Amino acid sequence: MGAAEKKGAARVQKDSEDLSRQRLQAIVLADSFTTRFRPLTLERPKVLLPLVNIPMIDYTLAWLESAGIEEIFVFCCAHSMQLIDYLKKSQWCSLVRTIVSHKSTSVGDALRYIYEQQHTETSQIQGDFVLVSGDTVSNMPLAELIQQHRDRKKRDEKAIMTMVIKKQSRLGIGSDQLFVAVDPVTKQLLYYNEGDNNGEVCLDKSLLDTGVLVCNDMLDCYIDICSSEVLSLFEDNFDYQHLRRHFVNGLLVDDIMGYKIFTHEIQSSFYAARVENLRSYDMVSKDIIQRWTYPYVPDINFSGNHPLKLGRRGIYRVSDAVQSRSADIGASTVIGYGTKIGNGSKICKSVIGNGCSIGSNVVIQGSYIWNNVTIEYGCEIRNAIVCDGVKIRAGAVLQPGVVLSFNVVVGQDFVVPAYSKVSLLQQPTKEDSDEESEYADISNGTTHLLSGVNNLQMESKTSELDPDGAGYIWKVCDSVHDAEWKHSIVPIPMEKLADMAQAMDGDGIEDGSVVPPSGELKSDTDSINTDANDPNDDDYGYFEREVRETFLRAIEEDNNVDHITPLINSLRFSYDMASADCAGAIFYSMMRLAMDTQHNSTSELYRNATSIITKCKGVLGFYVKQIDEQIEVIMKFEEMCQESAALSPLFVQIVHFLYDKDVVQEDAILRWGEEKAGADESDKVYLNQCEAFIQWLKEASEEEDS
Amino acid sequence: QNQNQNPRKLETSPCFLFTVNSVAKMDFQVVILAGGFSSTLFPLVSKEVPKALLPVANRPVLSYVLDLLESNNLKDLIVVVEGEDAALKVGGWISSACVDRLHVEVAAVAENVGTAGALRAIAHHLTAKDILIVSGDIVSDIPPGAVAATHRRHDAAVTAMLCAQPVSGPSESGGSGGKDKTKKPACEDIIGLDSWKQFLLYIAKGTEIKKDTRVKKSILCAAGKMELRSDLVDSHIYAFKRSVLQKVLDQKPAFRSLKQDVLPYLVRTQLRSDVFSDQSNVEENGNGNGKNNMQNNEVVLSQILSNASSPSFHQVYESGLDSRKTHKCCVYIADESKYFVRLNSIQAFMDVNRDVIGDANHLSGYSFSAHHNIVHPSAELGSKTTVGPHCMLGEGSQVGDKCSVKRSVIGRHCRIGSNVKIVNSVVMDHATIGDGCSIQGSVICSNAQLQERVTLRDCQVEAGYIVCVGGEHKGETFARK
Repeated sequence: MGAAEKKGAARVQKDSEDLSRQRLQAIVLADSFTTRFRPLTLERPKVLLPLVNIPMIDYTLAWLESAGIEEIFVFCCAHSMQLIDYLKKSQWCSLVRTIVSHKSTSVGDALRYIYEQQHTETSQIQGDFVLVSGDTVSNMPLAELIQQHRDRKKRDEKAIMTMVIKKQSRLGIGSDQLFVAVDPVTKQLLYYNEGDNNGEVCLDKSLLDTGVLVCNDMLDCYIDICSSEVLSLFEDNFDYQHLRRHFVNGLLVDDIMGYKIFTHEIQSSFYAARVENLRSYDMVSKDIIQRWTYPYVPDINFSGNHPLKLGRRGIYRVSDAVQSRSADIGASTVIGYGTKIGNGSKICKSVIGNGCSIGSNVVIQGSYIWNNVTIEYGCEIRNAIVCDGVKIRAGAVLQPGVVLSFNVVVGQDFVVPAYSKVSLLQQPTKEDSDEESEYADISNGTTHLLSGVNNLQMESKTSELDPDGAGYIWKVCDSVHDAEWKHSIVPIPMEKLADMAQAMDGDGIEDGSVVPPSGELKSDTDSINTDANDPNDDDYGYFEREVRETFLRAIEEDNNVDHITPLINSLRFSYDMASADCAGAIFYSMMRLAMDTQHNSTSELYRNATSIITKCKGVLGFYVKQIDEQIEVIMKFEEMCQESAALSPLFVQIVHFLYDKDVVQEDAILRWGEEKAGADESDKVYLNQCEAFIQWLKEASEEEDS
Repeated sequence: QNQNQNPRKLETSPCFLFTVNSVAKMDFQVVILAGGFSSTLFPLVSKEVPKALLPVANRPVLSYVLDLLESNNLKDLIVVVEGEDAALKVGGWISSACVDRLHVEVAAVAENVGTAGALRAIAHHLTAKDILIVSGDIVSDIPPGAVAATHRRHDAAVTAMLCAQPVSGPSESGGSGGKDKTKKPACEDIIGLDSWKQFLLYIAKGTEIKKDTRVKKSILCAAGKMELRSDLVDSHIYAFKRSVLQKVLDQKPAFRSLKQDVLPYLVRTQLRSDVFSDQSNVEENGNGNGKNNMQNNEVVLSQILSNASSPSFHQVYESGLDSRKTHKCCVYIADESKYFVRLNSIQAFMDVNRDVIGDANHLSGYSFSAHHNIVHPSAELGSKTTVGPHCMLGEGSQVGDKCSVKRSVIGRHCRIGSNVKIVNSVVMDHATIGDGCSIQGSVICSNAQLQERVTLRDCQVEAGYIVCVGGEHKGETFARK
């Protein structure tokens, strides 16, 4: 298409834009055109996969609606019937119009199709529109941003797109590393590079005249405000497939018509992220549970679902859940309607869907169990995704990273190996245009083709153990195997990180390039990923852990712990703890710090402990005003000594030190001695240690009395 | 000499107090790299006048550096000069000029060894924990003490001083030739900074980059953001940790230049440091207990000063993976209002002479008359001769009748005939200019002679050279080959 023609088209667009100035439109791409979610996406479109029990697309549509978008075009490709049915029944039906094309294999195809439709049908896309994919979770406001885009467009004809980026605190290893360069003043995008394996970023010299800001800590939210030129550009450049790799880089590198792309960094108080792969599925789920996406959280009704009730420690469940008293539900867990949980099961940091039945003594950690799943007794599930209708027979074990697709059956005592993907469908041997396809990774396609022959049939394999098993374990191709751990929901193992560092060190002569430690490693900042095996996951244990984290943070930050009192007070109220509990928790934190600090001998440990006590006695003193609280501290210490061999010989010394520092008074020690006097012999170890000391105290007080 | 003892005593005394501006107490050694007979400044420099002694407003350029350091209380200096002859000359001047104020050692090194080579040659003189290295050809009022303080604050391996690129090319000064020269270094250094502008993440010479500049992803990953700027210039004032500097000089015998080799090397390897071996740590820690305590205090202080409630990315990086060492490359960015020029080209020589008696006259140390110029009382002016603002006329110079001097520096004991026009030029001591000459944008070195009616535009005349009667020259260099 010639330039003149396009100009004409642009003018027409502009006029129509003037006519319907207030009308805000959005295109939602309900197909990611990748294979990252296979095998799940063979049976259900990706945007209908549940994210914390609500289909992904509901988050996107709810957000767009509340942001003031008046017309949403949902582009459907794979499984379009399922999606259209769903949308028809949903509350969005008045807002949403669907566009169906089965021929599209990429974003480029989709946009070209929409562009063609525009001429055949009336009142399609007019002027500016928001382009998002159907797996976006966000709560950012859009109207202002669209206005900014329009104002800029008016000033500068060539500014055709505004791309939303967000500073990310933890670097997402799951997605490829993103490097962008922007003009520090105008925020024009100058460079975009995602995941090439080159160890360097190459910037054209001409960019440097004004100065550029190169960022690695930005997340591309794939939320774009586009002008109508974007569609016509896709039409003109029929080889554009990928929105970023081809379109954005095409504009930046080839300098087509001088078009410009600008970036908009959203404030940290707003949330925006895309579910690109299983890792981001995991991350976004956790963000939703931790309410970063408010108001799109499980206890608020935004998509016609029944909202759940939020309890303490981030547990969402219905108030009348059917649950055995002995079942242990840990923090940050969502449990859906009609789900039954049996005796002695432990569930934490997981999402359980509706209508599941979980037997007794099941362990579920960091996993996503969808609807109507049956898990029999004694199963162990860690960091797995289990789809609707799956049956896991007694004693089966899912190793980390497993994905079980719809209606798979795992036989009794079967161990599903780590990172394996299981589906009732065979691994496809050829690409079908109706399905999602990875156009860019041709090599991937060919390896699928080869590996399809070597399907390991689970049934045959498990028949010796249990004839009930059903499903194929998909063969993982070698070429993508290393990506497997990158994209799965399992936290990246340490050695893999080290390997990555090594690998990156290898290229380049003096290159020190490495992936930095992500949030996953900084355990103290991201409690959700750690402490998964903490045994005392009860209220007090949780409280104690939070106190300890608060305490350590204060120590790390500025060595001045006096100001954490208000923090601890707020924790105390939120957990409904007594002052004695606080005292115990703080003392526990202090002693743990002493033990964690480097020491080679008992005397060094003693020195550590005394220095910490001296430093922090102000905080501790705040909570040990009563004798009972002081006794609590001593009891806590006794408890710790029983657990730690290193600490136990120091019991008397430290109690004495506490006495010297006026943390505990002699009355407290004597009362403790009296209480303990009647205990079992085994329980009196420390009392016996203290005998001389107590004797001395008694004498001292008697002297005073006389 | 007595004055010099004081800082040293303080340094070892137990009641040590950290103050930002008294760098001498901070165990810093100052090295001034004064160069030799620089070829880029031919024909201004000669056997008689090494680069360090080139006159800027009738004072050797080195004196500006010494004054700057003295004002920051840096009085213990090592001046490194290339070549024995030059060293003698510089040493002679120093002993006559400032022996009473400063404690200066002059060290001669072989010619053309480069800045790194010069430091290698005097390495055995370096004993302090940190070394401040100052180029001997800068005319500036940026505080070197601030560099030293930044260096200490971050406990950096190297700290570089950056200045805003001088707003170059005042159109009236140089004429067309000058303009071209000032345009060229528009992209001299490409500098990558972190978002707090504290660390130097990347440095490249703009002239070496042909098409695109390549930045390592690793450093980007570690720092998150990098601001690439081309509007800053490296001021050639560096603070180095001595152990690091010596290690690099030992390990890399091929390195010749601090700026082109050593600094980029340190910046490049900051996440994979080779320069901190255990040996150097032991050595540093073994400096005596008293000092160690002092250093610990400094570390604590430095964290407070740098407002480092969170660890720098270097520390984060180091803690992330085992057995990795990092070192910090820091920057101090001088205020934009500060003046800074390096006397490294003829154009710079002209600029600096003009500025020191013009816009940046606070540097010259002279007091200006009501007409914004300096005419020595012993200078003689003929009738109807005007000396405009921003001019300087040295001791015992004579100017004939009907002359006009604008924005120029004229040295001591010059003889200038009648009807002479001197604009935007530098005339050094003992030069003779015949009647009817017209000089624009030129440099006349000492003892040179211009015969009658010579017209010079953008020319340089070597010391002692005689330009013949009536010549009209433009953009030429007069020298005996």
